[in-house]
Amino acid sequence: MLDLTYDAPKPKVISGATGDWELVIGLEVHAQVATAAKLFSGASTQFGAEPNSNVAFVDAGMPGMLPVINEGCVAQAVRTGLGLKAEINLWSAFDRKNYFYPDLPQGYQISQLYHPIVGEGEVLVELGNGTARLVRIERIHLEQDAGKSIHDMDPAMSFVDLNRTGVALMEIVSRPDIRGPEEAAAYVGKLRQIMRYLGTCDGNMQNGNLRADVNVSVCRPGDYEKYQATQDFGHLGTRCEIKNMNSMRFIQMAIEYEARRQIALLEDGKSVTQETRLYDPDKNETRSMRSKEEAHDYRYFPDPDLLPLEIEQAWVDDIAASLPELPDAKKARFIADFGLSDYDASVLTAESENAAYFETVADGRDGKLAANWVINELFGRLKKEGHDITQSPVSPAQLGGIIALISSGDISGKIAKDLFEIVYTEGGDPAKIVEDRGMKQVTDTGAIEAAVDAVIAENPAQVEKAKQNPKLAGWFVGQVMKATGGKANPAAVNALVLQKLGL
Amino acid sequence: MSIDIETARRVAKLARIKVEKDRLPGLAQEFSAILGFIEQLNEVDVDGIEPMTSVEPMRLFRRDDVVTDGDQQAAVLKNAPDAREGFFAVPKVVE
Repeated sequence: MLDLTYDAPKPKVISGATGDWELVIGLEVHAQVATAAKLFSGASTQFGAEPNSNVAFVDAGMPGMLPVINEGCVAQAVRTGLGLKAEINLWSAFDRKNYFYPDLPQGYQISQLYHPIVGEGEVLVELGNGTARLVRIERIHLEQDAGKSIHDMDPAMSFVDLNRTGVALMEIVSRPDIRGPEEAAAYVGKLRQIMRYLGTCDGNMQNGNLRADVNVSVCRPGDYEKYQATQDFGHLGTRCEIKNMNSMRFIQMAIEYEARRQIALLEDGKSVTQETRLYDPDKNETRSMRSKEEAHDYRYFPDPDLLPLEIEQAWVDDIAASLPELPDAKKARFIADFGLSDYDASVLTAESENAAYFETVADGRDGKLAANWVINELFGRLKKEGHDITQSPVSPAQLGGIIALISSGDISGKIAKDLFEIVYTEGGDPAKIVEDRGMKQVTDTGAIEAAVDAVIAENPAQVEKAKQNPKLAGWFVGQVMKATGGKANPAAVNALVLQKLGL
Repeated sequence: MSIDIETARRVAKLARIKVEKDRLPGLAQEFSAILGFIEQLNEVDVDGIEPMTSVEPMRLFRRDDVVTDGDQQAAVLKNAPDAREGFFAVPKVVE
């Protein structure tokens, strides 16, 4: 793997009345584990089912029901840990986090407070212009999701659907290494990308399959470096936690608002109270979840229904051996093997399906040309139709065929675009279409010469003007291209026009 | 460690157990007695002894990732005091 070196980006600075402030951010990302069944029951995790149809009696908290762990969820958590270069704990255990809420019928969430399955790891978050932040992961633990309450179906009642209750979540906890709103969004984006490559979380934020709690504090320039040197949180400001956000845009807006709120308090001589807050996107503000304060006494204790989770190193090694090439490695390889720019390589590796498509197209062909066609023509066209790569009517073999025709000089770039449109809308083998419809580029100098001669003979007035102003030669090139139906090789036409006009 | 009346009230509230005011002093006393016993246990030196998680030497049973349960909306809602259109209906809870 090629070693990509980056500079650390500058932290976001907000100027206050009493000087500059910097942001310090840590995230807890809740990622729904991609499995068929729930963490401790055999009910389905399918989204959008009839309310309360994906519910086992365990999920409904019925008396006497016992949780039985789904090995698939454990494997996915290990896989995610390995993808984040994290330490895998062969011994972990489950605890009960006690709180009362209607969508949590057990009265407690089964989680891993004391002994998480995954320990410390790291994620490289690229931020453009050759900068990237290395964010340390503190831990990943497995836990149950809660159900869903709907408040707007009845004026006096809340409606509860337990389909999501008990679905496995991975809570990925970062260190406070993130230094601005854009970095926070990019970090979530990178986690999402890695998990989609690994197939451990579909990353669908709209459905709530990826959500984040964001811890924000502010400090003076220089304080953060003291924290980094000592790992002593005393150098940092008091933090507030903004709960449960499922949009990159809201994450950024909430951080920005919350930082400014804290700065205003501090500059006013007041202090920040450590608390949980909610972001209201309609008003663009965060507000205290006061009702949660007393309930925050979770009275954690080891879950007596579950033995410790012991896994074997050989099993972890098997999972490690099955990991796909991950985004950083793939991107480095695309740059090295295909000569792509950093930007193009990022675009092509954003989703593993895109990368696989590109690789098939580029195989044995001009990599840069392939990248241009995949990114500009194909992605552009798909985007216009609201499609993704899996819905592309043009197969990699077809697009590769078009590129081969360009490289061999059989068609011009302009004709290639027409050909692409035909293949996109009608399908078919590009080489055969070119043959059948007479789209081949004319490289035969004799034929081009005849066309140039004809245009010159028909336009004596223009010839005189061109002799005064050589820039007008372009007009002749245009006329010849038109006369040949765009099939003449433009470079050959250009050379002949200049020669014939004596320029 | 002794538990005062206020702590007893708080614990009851967190557990959603209704305790009448006049019963709180007795409850606090019971809690204190239990914790007193635990304090006695804490005097035992357990350094270097692994916590026992099971009386039998067994490991956590793991299930395959297969859907084997669910599709029983009526049964799940059967004991609910109020259910409408497939949902549990509960007094309004809005954050």
